[in-house]
Amino acid sequence: MIEASYNFAYLDEQTKRMIRRAILKAIAIPGYQVPFASREMPMPYGWGTGGVQVTASILGPDDTLKVIDQGSDDTTNAISIRKFFAKTAGVATTTSTPAASVIQTRHRIPETTLHEGQVLVYQVPIPEPLRFLEPRETETRRMHALAEYGLMHVKLYEDIAKFGHIATSYAYPVKVAGRYVMDPSPTPKFDNPKMNDCAALQLFGAGREKRIYAIPPYTQVVSLDFEDHPFTRYRQNAPCALCGAEDSYLDEIVTDDRGGRMFVCSDTDYCEGRRAQGHTGTESAPMEAADA
Amino acid sequence: MSITELAAGFADPVLASQSVFRTIMDAMARPGSIQRIAAASGTPSPLMRGSAALALALFDHDTPIWLDKTMAEAGEVARWLKFHTGAPLTSDPSAASFALIGAADALPSLDSFALGTAEYPDRSTTLIIQVAGLGAGEAFRLQGPGIKGETQFQASLQTADLFDRLAVNATLFPRGIDVVLVDDDRIVAIPRTTRLVEGD
Repeated sequence: MIEASYNFAYLDEQTKRMIRRAILKAIAIPGYQVPFASREMPMPYGWGTGGVQVTASILGPDDTLKVIDQGSDDTTNAISIRKFFAKTAGVATTTSTPAASVIQTRHRIPETTLHEGQVLVYQVPIPEPLRFLEPRETETRRMHALAEYGLMHVKLYEDIAKFGHIATSYAYPVKVAGRYVMDPSPTPKFDNPKMNDCAALQLFGAGREKRIYAIPPYTQVVSLDFEDHPFTRYRQNAPCALCGAEDSYLDEIVTDDRGGRMFVCSDTDYCEGRRAQGHTGTESAPMEAADA
Repeated sequence: MSITELAAGFADPVLASQSVFRTIMDAMARPGSIQRIAAASGTPSPLMRGSAALALALFDHDTPIWLDKTMAEAGEVARWLKFHTGAPLTSDPSAASFALIGAADALPSLDSFALGTAEYPDRSTTLIIQVAGLGAGEAFRLQGPGIKGETQFQASLQTADLFDRLAVNATLFPRGIDVVLVDDDRIVAIPRTTRLVEGD
């Protein structure tokens, strides 16, 4: 039921129009960070205020919303945002990746391949990939204007000089449609290849930093690298302990205070789906294994 | 002239704006694809259903609007926009967020509109051009972000050289002009990243 005291999807209409215009510009200029007048939301910065504002501006009554936090549908943040939109927009919610029309995500891209018509909304803390290299907004803006990204390559090179490989493991910079260098938000670099030529529309919202950017469907997204140090994905060398998946991104779970640990899929929907199909891992509950 | 003589806006502004926005968002994200605007509103002549809906969904006091001669002539569009959206009209196309083009054959030179700056390429004019037909007519092959490989779309454009003129987008990128073509309730978006495929 829609709360009578809120406008549809919480935001007022003027705010939604302003954000919608920013989204259209963002789609027209892939990877460029469009400034927008970010609003205070009923949650703290860092909890996804940018993503929530983008979601609130695109969401309609026919949408089905999925929210994930580090791949999980079951964390406090994900549940709170789902409930927020169920309450203020009356939309259907789901944990299933294929069933969702809008997926808001914090720091992961679902393992299941996204399809046309879906929109993936990222929560972004620091949208400027050059920010830790150059603190001045006037300078980074000029660097983007001139496509002057040498500094980023120096940073990746320094990784190689210090560690022997590119040690950047999340928020790994990408170049979108051959022009703008973009921060994919703090997703693990394991997810970077999923952004390339993706069938779904990808929108990014940074609330505190007041920026919106986008990757249209079927757009080239290249992770920055060097010929002699090509981009590589990283994944813990283990199958998921619950579903046995060899291809999913894994979370490390500490199980006791004597060094015990297990690796499980970070994407809970993917893991549950596999277990429902009868896949098992080394730590599957006996009941579950018997059911399967 | 009283308010009762004005054409109506959306019956349900909140949900209609959302539905129109999703249509234009899909159009922008899939250049060359024909999308249909579902929401209905009044249409002061010569505004088509699609352009009227886009105006109601996207225009407000933050967006100066430029009207071409055909749109400005009767004054009806200006009065309707003022009442329903509150958007200021400007006679300077380079100051406009949106331009409504009623006579595509008399489309002014593209560099008279705002093309954005190198630092802020988003500060550009979006052209909403009413055309004679979408889905039939001359065929154009397009490629660019949002298009899987290439796509073909058909349109009868009174601006015969529209795509030749939009070639400036390739030179200027990331500055440039985004275009929305409107035929009745059908719209096609041609963002600045879309390129005509040359040859066979």
